[in-house]
Amino acid sequence: MSEIKKVATREGYGKALVELGAKYPNLVVLDADLAAATKTSMFQKAYPDRHIDCGIAECNMIGIAAGLATTGKIPFLSSFAMFAAGRAFEQVRNSVGYPHLNVKIGASHAGITVGEDGASHQCNEDIALMRTIPGMVVINPADEIETSEAVKASAAYEGPVYLRFGRAAVPVINDNPEYKFEIGKGIVLREGTDVTIVATGICVSASLEAADMLAADGISAEVINIHTIKPLDEELIIASAKKTGKVVTAEEHSVIGGLGSAVCDALSEKAPTPVCKIGINDVFGESASAAVLIHKYGLDGEGIYNKVKGFLK
Amino acid sequence: MNKLELAKVANEVRKGIIAAVHSAKAGHPGGSLSAADIYTYLYFEEMNIDPKDPKKPDRDRFVLSKGHTVPGLYAAMAHRGYFPVEKLITLRKLGSPLQGHPCMQHVDGIDMSSGSLGQGVSAAVGMALAGKMDNKDYRVYTLLGDGEIQEGQVWEAAMFAGHRKLDNLVVIVDNNGLQIDGDIADVCSPYPIDKKFEAFNFHVVHADAHDFDSLKAAFDEARATKGMPTAIIAKSIKGKGVSFMENEASWHGVAPNDEQYEKAMAELEKAGEALCQK
Repeated sequence: MSEIKKVATREGYGKALVELGAKYPNLVVLDADLAAATKTSMFQKAYPDRHIDCGIAECNMIGIAAGLATTGKIPFLSSFAMFAAGRAFEQVRNSVGYPHLNVKIGASHAGITVGEDGASHQCNEDIALMRTIPGMVVINPADEIETSEAVKASAAYEGPVYLRFGRAAVPVINDNPEYKFEIGKGIVLREGTDVTIVATGICVSASLEAADMLAADGISAEVINIHTIKPLDEELIIASAKKTGKVVTAEEHSVIGGLGSAVCDALSEKAPTPVCKIGINDVFGESASAAVLIHKYGLDGEGIYNKVKGFLK
Repeated sequence: MNKLELAKVANEVRKGIIAAVHSAKAGHPGGSLSAADIYTYLYFEEMNIDPKDPKKPDRDRFVLSKGHTVPGLYAAMAHRGYFPVEKLITLRKLGSPLQGHPCMQHVDGIDMSSGSLGQGVSAAVGMALAGKMDNKDYRVYTLLGDGEIQEGQVWEAAMFAGHRKLDNLVVIVDNNGLQIDGDIADVCSPYPIDKKFEAFNFHVVHADAHDFDSLKAAFDEARATKGMPTAIIAKSIKGKGVSFMENEASWHGVAPNDEQYEKAMAELEKAGEALCQK
């Protein structure tokens, strides 16, 4: 793996904001004393007058962003997922979601790859929270390139968007000329016939690794990258489920309410198919390096491979 | 508009509140009535607005942070010409744009959806910040309940507004002294309110919420204040204008029955007639 380029998705976020700053004079960036960590400091450096540090007050930051949006600005606000989606859930719901304001929430440090800071900061619940809000788009990019494209697409889209980024460096997998990002459109990264692995975020590259390992055992796995959890590309998932007859979901998020639940919601109504959900199994995380935690919680290639093998038995 | 004319409008606003809440069989008359004169002053005197062009980019903005008292706002807006007065009795009914709490997607002229206490003030701060960033002259007004300021988010917003010296922002606290569970001083006292806002780098003005001279002086002082936002602590009477509702916490969120409605409207009719004699 050492030859594969690894970059944290939050890096892609910071870079994309700087690019967008030139394109949209009405784009503003808000942060809550985490500009260095969320990478909005890059924008701050380029456009100091359009970077608003709200201090450690996430709920107020959401409201300020909402107020800015009513005047025609495009606010991107950032914090850790725990605070943007968790602490400020009701502000996002009532001040952004209900009036359907054009606010983009760039939440970094999602999931257990926060690592050493431990469970208090490892948000495994944000996708579940955000996707219950009517009209909210929920995006969890797989790598730096997808992040950049997702941020640009979000700026062009009129309405609230939740973007989920990670702290840890992850493999760059979308570095190819055919790559195209469209909100709500899944991407088949690898075709297969025996099982469908639907993955999001950092679990996409791990699922590709797992598919390689499965292929060595003679199992043909289809791998779908679902960067947009809401609106979900049901058509693509259902078509693949009908083809393979078995679906595995993989996400760095609780198995309750995230991608796995969204896929089950769609399949149970429209194409009942056995589903195995891989994620955080209704437990809090703990302190350790991201790599150690990903392995322990079975979200690396090996963990996904083992889970798929067990499911197919 | 002179203060007699304002008083007449305010009396009509109070009638609109009673009619709407009675028709809805639900709503919040107490805090709507305490703020009726403030709504009237803002919409008929203070704010640069145009009901025919409710989204004019350079308009002044109003955010009703204490969103549950929207019957008073709706009544003031209706009398100002945003929508027909007859619509007030559709409050809280299925299909009506007049939702139980303000919704900007349903009513042109509502500048922000609000109602979850403590949130509106942050949005108002965002609007004021945008005005500063864009070098616009518009002003932003937000009305808070004195119980509402128990919410921590209010002070997050106040800290930011003071820090950013948003002198285009006016925070009005409707200080009627009562919240659902009783006297604010007994439930969880927010006093001293003035010293709190001063500590957050606001200019603080005291006003009588039912005296248009006092309101004018306060809003004029706010307009003249540069380099810091202004907080107007407006001393008011919850339920003002309807004798049996005045200073009664129990009228916070209860609609009058038919008999109470008749009694309240009779009192307001009489008050209106008295104003016409002046």
